[in-house]
Amino acid sequence: MIEFQTHEHDVIVIGAGGAGLRAAIEASSAGVSVGLVCKSLLGKAHTVMAEGGIAAALANVDERDNWKVHFSDTMRGGQYVNNWRMAQLHAQEAPDRVRELEAWGAVFDRTPDGRILQRNFGGHRYPRLAHVGDRTGLEMIRTLQDHGIHKGINVYMEYTVVRLIKDGDRIAGCLAYTREKGRFVAFKAKAVVLATGGIGKAYKITSNSWEYTGDGHTLAYDAGAELQDMEFIQFHPTGMIWPPSVRGILVTEGVRGEGGILLNNKGEQFMYNDIPDNYKNQTAKDPEEGWRYCQGDRNAQRPAELLTRDHVARCIMREVKAGRGSPHGGVFLDISWIKKKIANAPEHIKKKLPSMYHQFKELGDIDITIEPMEVGPTTHYVMGGVKVNADSQMSRVPGLFACGECAVGINGANRLGGNSLSDLLVFGKRAGEHAGKFAKENSATSLPKDQVEAAVKWALEPFERQGSEGPFQIQYDLQDMMQDLVGIVRKEDEMVKALDGIAKLKERAKKTKVVGNREYNPGWHTCLDLHNLLTISEAITKCSIARKESRGGHFREDYQDKVGKWAKVNLVTRKGPDGQMQVEEVPIPEMPADLKQIIEEMK
Amino acid sequence: MTATAGTTQMVTLRIWRTDAQGGDGKFVDYQTPVSEGMVVLDAVHQVQATQANDLACRWNCKAGKCGSCSAEINGKPALMCMTQLAHVPTDQPIMIEPIRAFPTLKDLVTDVSWNYEVKKRIKPFQPRKPDAPDGTWRMDQADVDRVQEFRKCIECFLCQDVCHVLRDHHMHAEFIGPRFLVYTAALEMHPLDTADRLADLKDKDGIGLCNITKCCTKVCPEHITITDNAIIPLKERVVDEFYDPLSLLKRFFGGGKKT
Repeated sequence: MIEFQTHEHDVIVIGAGGAGLRAAIEASSAGVSVGLVCKSLLGKAHTVMAEGGIAAALANVDERDNWKVHFSDTMRGGQYVNNWRMAQLHAQEAPDRVRELEAWGAVFDRTPDGRILQRNFGGHRYPRLAHVGDRTGLEMIRTLQDHGIHKGINVYMEYTVVRLIKDGDRIAGCLAYTREKGRFVAFKAKAVVLATGGIGKAYKITSNSWEYTGDGHTLAYDAGAELQDMEFIQFHPTGMIWPPSVRGILVTEGVRGEGGILLNNKGEQFMYNDIPDNYKNQTAKDPEEGWRYCQGDRNAQRPAELLTRDHVARCIMREVKAGRGSPHGGVFLDISWIKKKIANAPEHIKKKLPSMYHQFKELGDIDITIEPMEVGPTTHYVMGGVKVNADSQMSRVPGLFACGECAVGINGANRLGGNSLSDLLVFGKRAGEHAGKFAKENSATSLPKDQVEAAVKWALEPFERQGSEGPFQIQYDLQDMMQDLVGIVRKEDEMVKALDGIAKLKERAKKTKVVGNREYNPGWHTCLDLHNLLTISEAITKCSIARKESRGGHFREDYQDKVGKWAKVNLVTRKGPDGQMQVEEVPIPEMPADLKQIIEEMK
Repeated sequence: MTATAGTTQMVTLRIWRTDAQGGDGKFVDYQTPVSEGMVVLDAVHQVQATQANDLACRWNCKAGKCGSCSAEINGKPALMCMTQLAHVPTDQPIMIEPIRAFPTLKDLVTDVSWNYEVKKRIKPFQPRKPDAPDGTWRMDQADVDRVQEFRKCIECFLCQDVCHVLRDHHMHAEFIGPRFLVYTAALEMHPLDTADRLADLKDKDGIGLCNITKCCTKVCPEHITITDNAIIPLKERVVDEFYDPLSLLKRFFGGGKKT
């Protein structure tokens, strides 16, 4: 007999990072009953790892900043394949979302006149990131968590959702298992908000935690929603590279925002050797000007180290390939040099970058106030995700919403640092608001028992199998393959090989077996995660093959230039009627004249 | 002997394993190869992937930022992700157990739900009216430094684990533990907050039960000066409010609100 419990809420939010928490708070403020389902304990979501800050044109540090500058920075960073409406809403609403956090108890660093301090970051014209040292994500998630627990939200911790359930075309809920006991729980809901984050665990070198297995992407895809821009993956230029076991852990862009410089093994500040044309006007002409910018000189342009992440990552790769890298295959990131410029530099560094100091000291035995760090690119963020309406965040499945990293649109081909935290807040709020509204305006659904039972059966299959292989080796093989064949530099023949490899791994995944029982069993959980990882890996690979140009996070060795035709389309992935994955070129809607004009003016 | 540069060596992990209900616990030895820079969590994951797929442990960020992988390593509460094997003796088995102040669910995973319940009971943040017409506030960096120290807390609950009031005396009903005294301090010392939690600290939260042994401060991976900067000042406020003859008089005549 197939056993499961059922809970009913108006709105179910899946994921309790910044976007999920913000959505849950908003929906519950609308007076509907909200269930918040999360894979880990509350407050542990990946948002805690965000370091640098929240991008919002508060104009506290430079009064020339406003939403129009932020909008045009975001579009330029995304190479103009962004959803312009989302980029607009994001730039307009981010300041209010940040101020709201302060009203809920967040304690940001301050300007001399007592307002929220803002720091420099890559691709942002003015100092724009509200921050708390280098632990802004922790501040944000704790603020949302501590505010949210008094809003009457039902939190289901350590529950993993394995399938969305539909009633006809409409969303009707989802099926989850509890980590602790391995029991099944069906959630009946009028609206479901996906806020599950990213896909980093498809790669070997990543800054992402175990949770980032593309759950929301896959749940939506399997339920008939569309994914878009899956070829655009952000490789953050600065991850730790040594010792091997910490490879991939993030080193915040805030280091460069505070004046940190990138050096090759000849001691050259190599970022100044290659400045893209569309950034020439706003980049310092030499390191000296770059430093003045970091010190707040309003007549200086920002340092080449603060060019967009896609570009910096590729420049680092080039130095390494040319034999100018650091001993362990990266480059040097040096903040200690500022002692030549300012008094009490070590104290300043520890104050501004406490977790970086701590992280290198404890994991790498390196004192960043004295010596340079070694850094290299790490898989950090997926720009692609569930295709949603810009205003409401609803997908093409009625009642199914998505926000944050698992949704697509605001970032285009490359995300600017700091835009993620503000994205979570702006679109988390919108998703929660519209999911609440949808729940109020629509009648109850029924939760078809046959679908729930089929999902339970599917989830239990690994226990029935007689296979010989556990799931972990398959995950490692996938990570190695995606890293090698669909990584920072891509080529057609390698990616075709990867598609073949994914097909073979799918066969192996079907035969994985589970050791032990259903209680808190990571082996079983990983068996189920494989379905998600393989689905999104296929989407990434197929889209990367289809886009025959280089743009943002997608770099093709065999098509190294940007191509005009590709500036006008997004790639959309969906499940075809035959169950096969389809990829389609979809034209980007024409930008309204007023937005076009903003972009022209800011050039 | 410790794991040193460029070498791979075999170590023995002596890991606490339980049945599915968290009972019948015993230590099981696993041999696994380790190389330079590995942390305890890496070694545990290696065992999980190759020898014990069903070995339960919590983790998320692997960078000391989420506070999920709390455990007791050779008897000392620590984050597994921030404990380098090079800093632990490896010529003898490395003992890894769950944190013991809370019930074990399975293997290295504990039921920390009590902490979430405690937090809900503490009066939430209540800001004063905005300082500026645009609805914003002004605060000096010097005034927020103190609170920012407390807000570094990653809720790993190692301080709760090591606190003898909880661990040895099991006074979970009477005492909220160091984590939530830090949390309360962050609220009480927040420049904008207007709520008063002093009566709760005295009557419900059991602040008097802390006898300042500072064990919590020693294990804090975020190096928060829990006892000196959070607990002692709160104790002083409680004393001033409830045991100082002058404030008693003031309260009698209707004053005594938080300043």
